[in-house]
Formats: sequence, structure tokens, C-alpha cells
Amino acid sequence: MTEAREDLEKLVKREYSAGFVTDIETDTLPPGLSEDVVRFISAKKGEPEWLTEWRLKAYRHWLTQPHPNWAHVHFPQIDYNAISYYSAPKSQADGPKSLDEVDPELLRTYEKLGIPLHEQALLAGVKPDPDLPVETAAGNLGGQVAVDAVFDSVSIGTTFKAKLAEAGVIFCSISEAVKDYPELVKKYLGSVVPFTDNFYATLNSAVFSDGSFVYIPKGVRCPMELSTYFRINAQNTGQFERTLIIAEEGSYVSYLEGCTAPMRDENQLHAAVVELVALKDAQIKYSTVQNWYPGDENGKGGIFNFVTKRGACIGANSKISWTQVETGSAITWKYPSVVLRGENAVGEFYSVALTNNYQQADTGTKMIHLGRNTRSTIVSKGISAGHSENAYRGLVRFSPSAANARNYTQCDSLLIGDRCGAHTFPYIESGNASAMVEHEATTSKVSDEQLFLCQQRGIDAEKAISMIVNGFCKDVFRELPMEFAVEAGKLLEVSLEGAVG
Amino acid sequence: MLEVKNLHASVAGKPILNGLNLAIPAGEVHAVMGPNGSGKSTLTNVLAGKPGYEVTDGEVTFNGQNLLDLEVEDRAHAGLFLAFQYPTEIPGVSNMEFLKAAIDSQRKAQGEPAISAMDFMQQARAIAKRLDLNPEFLKRGVNEGFSGGEKKRNEILQLLMLNPKLAILDETDSGLDIDALQVVSDGVNAFRAPDHSVLLVTHYQRILNYVKPDRVHVLARGQILRSGDASLAQELEARGYGWITDAA
Ligand SMILES: Nc1ncnc2c1ncn2[C@@H]1O[C@H](COP(=O)(O)OP(=O)(O)OP(=O)(O)O)[C@@H](O)[C@H]1O
Ligand SMILES: [Mg+2]
Repeated sequence: MTEAREDLEKLVKREYSAGFVTDIETDTLPPGLSEDVVRFISAKKGEPEWLTEWRLKAYRHWLTQPHPNWAHVHFPQIDYNAISYYSAPKSQADGPKSLDEVDPELLRTYEKLGIPLHEQALLAGVKPDPDLPVETAAGNLGGQVAVDAVFDSVSIGTTFKAKLAEAGVIFCSISEAVKDYPELVKKYLGSVVPFTDNFYATLNSAVFSDGSFVYIPKGVRCPMELSTYFRINAQNTGQFERTLIIAEEGSYVSYLEGCTAPMRDENQLHAAVVELVALKDAQIKYSTVQNWYPGDENGKGGIFNFVTKRGACIGANSKISWTQVETGSAITWKYPSVVLRGENAVGEFYSVALTNNYQQADTGTKMIHLGRNTRSTIVSKGISAGHSENAYRGLVRFSPSAANARNYTQCDSLLIGDRCGAHTFPYIESGNASAMVEHEATTSKVSDEQLFLCQQRGIDAEKAISMIVNGFCKDVFRELPMEFAVEAGKLLEVSLEGAVG
Repeated sequence: MLEVKNLHASVAGKPILNGLNLAIPAGEVHAVMGPNGSGKSTLTNVLAGKPGYEVTDGEVTFNGQNLLDLEVEDRAHAGLFLAFQYPTEIPGVSNMEFLKAAIDSQRKAQGEPAISAMDFMQQARAIAKRLDLNPEFLKRGVNEGFSGGEKKRNEILQLLMLNPKLAILDETDSGLDIDALQVVSDGVNAFRAPDHSVLLVTHYQRILNYVKPDRVHVLARGQILRSGDASLAQELEARGYGWITDAA
């Protein structure tokens, strides 16, 4: 190992800045899972009979399922009876009617995370950052973003509701949607990810606590970015959100989710389900900046992030785009997918997955081509540092009905140091001879020469690494809404500290 | 400006420099010539502090400072610049972003604020123009897909943007066409100033027609075996190195 590498080694050690714990009174169910627990959650939320039954069916199905073990990740058996399936800030027991009713301690939590929940603050917009390279700073205009914040298991408030309502857009917590728009929820919940889908999705269907609901009516272009921030605070709780986004004919929405959690020594389970439905000519752009606590530098603690995300391009010419920047979690296991049913539908997946220390990621996508002339693009950038393991797993399937379907896959890995691993598992299943796949894959290292060049020009190793990694991710960052691209860039920088190696 | 005394250095356990002496006063241009594999790039790398090069004896002072004690980036902050014989690519990092990061790091080390985006762009465009580089080059990844000659011109772009005290140019003239050689030479001449020095490693007398050296040194067997004025380069061009290396 050369000196440059050793320098690099020293470099990736900054503290996780979102790791504080909020001291707040909670209403937490004792650990354990049973039909009673499922009923309790459903009753707590005042759910209609059909939903309680749906949850119970999921729970009973879950009991019959073995734990999946095909992913390239390793962790001790999870004791599902040691987890609490419901935790809510006490003062919010009946749910806040408006942001004014939100516990000030909670608001401070979100302020600390840099997420202002007061519309006043949000209106001020985002100021260009003087530290940014000119190209980025120039385009960093302040925009409005409506935020739904989910703290442990419940949504604590959604901003800009009035303004969105004017456009006919519904943006609320899924619990509220169950009450206020039951017919929409009933029609679409589980329509993309059925409760039988997979072990974690099944568990989620049984015990999901909250999440966001979005409905964009026909022909409406959502007037602002929608965003949900998920925060796990309580100890020994699992977080099981359920997000449902429906884009009616000819509508458009861009949605961002951000995630953080306190630093804790034990692992915490996060098993969310996200369902997207795009009707004819509709477009959904879903971006994630995931920064769950990754565990400490020795691999202790951190979030197990076992998430099912899927979009259905039901209508012709519809489009669903997933963009994700994943830097957190001890273990990440997620494959945001698109089912391309409508003719000419387009599915996209742009991903940056960074692992450091002892993190493990097995992530990728599934593009299921059913309709004629459907197209999909996959751009995956995996960055591994420290002792981490980073796997891309991607499935491209052309069914016999998918005449002239196309897929382009680009899958690049970047290694920092020589104790980490990068793996690529591409699966291609073609049932239609006219379908075409193009696959490119590269693996590269941050070279000593590159580091030396930067340092010779006066740039320190840490900044150099973050610049090189950001350059590597450019194709993906380009797809993020501007403010979040900036955030993502900074996040990579933080996540890489001490990773120089 | 630069004083190298009895420098011994090895790479991968193999001694390359064996008691090298060299002094470059402020304001002067010194050419270093020598056969392939004689240790010219090794010298430039040792001066810049590249990891993997072990200094086993000798000392180097740079404007009064003990150069060998400094980290790579601190040497850069002190005003040492190396134009590489084989410039490396950094895909996805634009030239502009890279240069701004470099300038700002150096300004920060000097306790100065970051350069304004406007001033930076103005300077970068002006220098690109002087080097006959299309401004589009500023947006491309550092050396990414550049031709050999473009990479060399890009090194000079960096030199002029960073404006160091000592420019070490390792075969910046190799692989340049006739017009590019002229452009690069003009760039180096623009850098010349009473408080600037240049260590120019080259195989060819040609560039010395444009960039007039104050001294010419022959590096062979890990030492400076002979030094002279500009006429030494002409003599080498005519006679090769044998008469020097054989005599030593
Ligand atoms: N990393 C290394 N490992 C082993 N040997 C090395 C290494 N780097 C340089 N050398 C050897 O050191 C000697 C000097 O190399 P150097 O690159 O300094 O020569 P040079 O004078 O610049 O040659 P050229 O004119 O061809 O550029 C050569 O024999 C070379 O093979
Ligand atoms: Mg050389």
C-alpha cells in the first residue's frame, strides 16, 4: 500500500451529523408482533374494516414466509418479536391539526436537520452556496418545496397544503388519506406491490404506520416539489412507512424523500413500501437522498434498510424515474423498479450508492417491459470505501408482448482503497426477439496519480476524493432537482470522511 | 529560489538519484536534459513530494524553507508547480471546477478568500484564449479524452492560472506540433518574471529556441554531470550524450 493510500485511509472519519436523539415523550407499543398488534395499529388509526382485514391477511401470509437470503449481505437473524411496531410522539396522539400544534421539540429536530417546517422559512427559498463550483452555484435557484415530515411512525405535518389544494393536488399522510380519500386508497393500495410481494413488503403491509400520500389530478403539473423527510427517533422501534403516489392522465409530479436517524448501538429495522402509479401521459420523478445512520466505523449499529419501491407505468406514454443517492444504513436492500405496461412507457433508474466502513449495500432495479416500444434506462454508480461491500443487482425483463422494447444499462463501480468490494449481478430475461439491451459496465479506482495531481495543485486529499467521487456521480446528480443535487454532493463528502483508503 | 544539495533518492528500493546538486536563482530558467531513464522525472517527482519516492540523503531548500519536510499540497501552497510528463485524467470533474478548487485551496492557505466566480471565469477564458484552447475545454473533464498536445497545453493553462513561484515542466514540449510548441513557449515566457523560476526538462533543443535558458544541465547516472549556457544544448543536439557520460 502506498503512502497516498494510507493518507486516504485516514481521511474518511467524520461524525454522522444527524445522529442526535430527540428527547420526547412517546406512545410506544411494547415489542412483539401478533394479530393483536396489527389490530391495535389499525384501531389506533381508526381504519375501516377492509384495511384491518387487509393487514391481517398480510400478517398471516407473512407467518408462512421464510426469511429471504439471496442478497449479497450478511447480518444476524432479526428477532421480530424484539421490535416495537408502533411509536408516536405522545403530544401528537390525535395528530396535529396544523403546524402550530406540532411539539416545538419536534420542530427543533427538523430545524437541526436543516428542514424548516414553517412555510415562512420555506418561502425564503434556498440561497446559492458560495462554496460551490461555479457551474452548480449558477443554477442553484431558490425553489418552493412542500414537506411532509414523518417522525418515527407518524406524520407530524405537511406544509403548503392550501397552495397545493388550489391546484387540486392532494398531499397528506397516508393515515389522513385513508380517512379522507378512502376510495382512492382502496383502489391503489397494494395494486403495485401486493401484500404477497416479498417478506418485507408483506411485513410492511401488516404493520405500516404512516407515510405520504400524493394524488395529482388529470392534466395538472404539480406546482412545487413535494418532499417527505423520514426520521427514526425512538429506540427499538421499526419504521414501516407506506407511500402511495398516483399521477392521473397527463399529470406531472416531482417528489423527494430524505431520511435520517440517530446514532444508536443496536440495529434498527426500516422496511418501507413505496408504490407509484402513472396513468396515460403522466410523469413521476421520485428522488431519494437516504442518509440513515450507517453504524459506527467498526460496523456497530445502524439501520437495516429493507425497502420495496415500485412504480407502474399503466398508461401509454407514461414515465417513471427513480433517482437515488444512498449513503446511509448499515445494510441497504432495495430495488426501485418500474413495470412498463403502457405502450411507449419509459422507466428510468439513476443511482449513486456509497458504502464506507462496514456498510453493505445490495441495490439496483428491475425494469419489467410488458408494453410495446417501452424503454428503460439504468445508470448505477457504486462507490465502495473502507471494508464495505457494494453490489448492483439489476433485472431487465422483456415479456413476449414487449415488441421493440429497449433497455440501456450503465453500471460503474469506483473503489477507494483495497479492502472494499464491488459486485455486479445483471439479469436479463428476454421473451421477445425484437427487444434490445445495451449493457456497459466499468470498475475503476481512485488512483494515486489522480490524488497526486490534485494535491500537487494544492487540493488536500479529502477534498480531492470528494471531487473525484462527485465527478464519478455526475450523470446521476444531473437527474436530481437542483437543491437536492447540492445536498447530495455534500452528503457524499461527509460520508467519505475517513474513507480515504 | 531552489537549492538541491547532494540529493539521493530511490524508487521501489532502487537508487535513482546519487548526489545531485542544482541551484536555480529567482528569475532564471534552467533546462535539464539527459538520456531516457536517467532520473529527470524522478527529480521532478521528488521535488513535488510524490509518494513512493524515498529521499535517502541530501537536502532541498525552496525560498529558505526545507522543502523535503513539507506535504505535497504544502509544497504547492509554497509556490511549487509541476507540469506532468503524462497528465492524468479525472473523469467527470470539469477543468473549471478543478482549477477553481486548486486556486481556492491555495488562497485559503494564504489566508485569502475564495476567488469570485466572475474573476475566475474571466481569467480562465483569457488564458485559454492565449493558449489557443477552445473555452469548451474548461467544461470538459480534467484531461478527459484530451489529445496528447491538448493535455500539455492544459498543464500550461493550470500554470498560468495558479501563478506559482517555481514551475517544473517535465517534457511539456514532447508531442507538440509546431504551432502548439510556439503557443506553449509563449505561455512559459509569459510566466517568466524576476520572482519566477523555471526548471524545464526536455529532450530537444527546439523549445530552447523559444524559451531561452539561463543554464543547461545534463542529468545522467543520477547526477548533474555537466552544466553550461544555452550553447550546451546545441552541442548536445549535435553530439549526443556519450561524450559526457563516457568521460564521467
Ligand atoms: N515506480 C518505479 N518503480 C521502479 N523503477 C522506477 C519507478 N519509477 C522510475 N523508475 C526507474 O527509474 C529510472 C529513472 O526514471 P525517470 O522516469 O526518472 O527517467 P527520465 O529521465 O524521466 O526518463 P525519460 O526521458 O524517458 O522520461 C528508470 O530506470 C525507471 O525505470
Ligand atoms: Mg521522464
